[in-house]
Amino acid sequence: MSSNINRKKVMKKGIIRFIDIFKENKMGVLGFYIIVFFLLVAFVGPLIYSYNPQEFAKGGLIAPPTKGFPLGTDDMGRSILGALIYGAKVSLMIGIFATLISVFIGTFIGIVSGFAGGKFDSVLMRITDGFMVLPKLPLIMILAALLGSSTRNIIIVLGLTGWTGTTRLVRSQTLSVKQRPFIERAVSVGAGKGYIMFRHILPNVFPLVFSNTILVAAGAILTETTLSFLGLGNPLVPSWGQILRGAFTSGAVSIGAWWYFVPAGLCVILLVLGFTLLGYSFDEILNPKLRRY
Amino acid sequence: MNLSYLSKKLSHSIITLFIVITINFFLFRVIPGDPFAMIAKAGTLSAEYKEELSTLYGFNGSLPIQYVKYLRQLFTFDFGLSFKYRKPVLEILGNRLMATLLLAFFAQLFAIILGTVIGTLSAAFRGKKIDVAALGFALFIYAIPAFWLGIVLLSFFSVKLGILPLNGMVVAGLSHPTTWAYIKDVVHHLVLPVFSMGLAICGGYAIIMRGSLLDVLTEDYITTARAKGLKRKDIVIKHALPNAMLPMVTIIAINLGFMVSGAIQTETVFSWPGIGRLVYEALMARDYPVLQGAFLIISLTVIIANFIADIFYGYLDPRIKYE
Repeated sequence: MSSNINRKKVMKKGIIRFIDIFKENKMGVLGFYIIVFFLLVAFVGPLIYSYNPQEFAKGGLIAPPTKGFPLGTDDMGRSILGALIYGAKVSLMIGIFATLISVFIGTFIGIVSGFAGGKFDSVLMRITDGFMVLPKLPLIMILAALLGSSTRNIIIVLGLTGWTGTTRLVRSQTLSVKQRPFIERAVSVGAGKGYIMFRHILPNVFPLVFSNTILVAAGAILTETTLSFLGLGNPLVPSWGQILRGAFTSGAVSIGAWWYFVPAGLCVILLVLGFTLLGYSFDEILNPKLRRY
Repeated sequence: MNLSYLSKKLSHSIITLFIVITINFFLFRVIPGDPFAMIAKAGTLSAEYKEELSTLYGFNGSLPIQYVKYLRQLFTFDFGLSFKYRKPVLEILGNRLMATLLLAFFAQLFAIILGTVIGTLSAAFRGKKIDVAALGFALFIYAIPAFWLGIVLLSFFSVKLGILPLNGMVVAGLSHPTTWAYIKDVVHHLVLPVFSMGLAICGGYAIIMRGSLLDVLTEDYITTARAKGLKRKDIVIKHALPNAMLPMVTIIAINLGFMVSGAIQTETVFSWPGIGRLVYEALMARDYPVLQGAFLIISLTVIIANFIADIFYGYLDPRIKYE
């Protein structure tokens, strides 16, 4: 009981110290605000600016910005601003859920492989390396095409293809944590393997996993956009990639209808940048190897 | 570099190759859906014709038998027939490979040079304004989808200014009087895709280069050089840069998969007749044999490049043989 209270105290102290250091990191804070901005757009935006993707709107086709349509219209006369607001939620959701799958798989394989060691470890690592080398985008495209492009399938495909980096990272960290005396102590008092892996090793690799998660999310959002642009997204759910596909296939690019593709692209860049900045700043704070600079 | 290092790397490459082949095999078999649905665009296929197609594309028999058959076909470079073109997949791939290699080579060259310069500037002026600007630029570029960069450049240079061609590799329908005229036409069409793709992939290189150089700059021999009173510029360029370039060799090879992604997007936007565009077209037409073949060729290229990079790395860094 007392150890539990102690653990909470230590964690609380750690989090407070982390926030103090984080506040000094300008890049990280900027990333944080960008993500908060898009969360607000995704969840508060629809309350202010109503939009229904299924409904054919009254605007002109690929019409430039006007008062009623602040960012112009698409090739079906729908408001681009509305699609952007709606798309924010889609991009965030797909990015976050796909990342959770990837990180879960990656962490699990990484800890088990690193803790088990020996032949088992080297076989798993060979397979991981094999996956790492695979060109991801064609693989994802083929999987999405074969499974069918529902939002759920896209999340699964992105999740199943994005775990290798996390696995490598978690495994190497597990190898070093495994050598620490407290693990030896846990073994000697008869703690089970599962208990050691998930009660002792996991909390110690977690900080790294955390910063890695944010970077994986950046990649997942970028890939989802690309996938939708290439016509493999769910056409019924207007994500940012769908808007960009619409702009490309409707010929908006060749008539210079910038409002159709510039804002959507900037949204993708900003959100990905937000995640990248936050991820790198966490990495800088939590990764002891980087702290010496 | 010794033999055991070489054979270790070779065996890794072969294992990876088998993973690729196996994934490729199962992808198109275990997954739900009828692979011949595309051929039967109008109406359904008769049972006999379906049977015939199954035999032709190696879809009959138990999975292990199919697998052995598939392996045998691969070793004789038999990639099957395209659903769409009704031609051998290998022939279609061969036609497209040169265009992609041309684009990828120059884009990669451009990206490596630009990435190295940005990363070096960033690390050399760590914490200064130049660093913030260079790192900010690299991270920004890193966040840009390659296809979007292509679209924006296209709408500016080709649509607004009209100084560069919209798409393709040569002017469609034009017969070139001389080889020189042909080369000039291709180069004219190559400029924008190379710039677009190179820019899209240079961000990653810049970030890696910065980290690698910062790492090297903390080493003892740099402190020694500084103590000898050498100029800062000389220390960075002559002493630190050669060592910092080492990880770049590996990163360039590992990033080839990333480059493939860039090529698919860039070729799609610019209608560049390469493998990337082929993947997109095959996907739209659900031409699975072509997709399968393209995926295999792309993976094979990446695996070979990785192997070469490993050998090259072992040759460049004598420390490797003691590991």
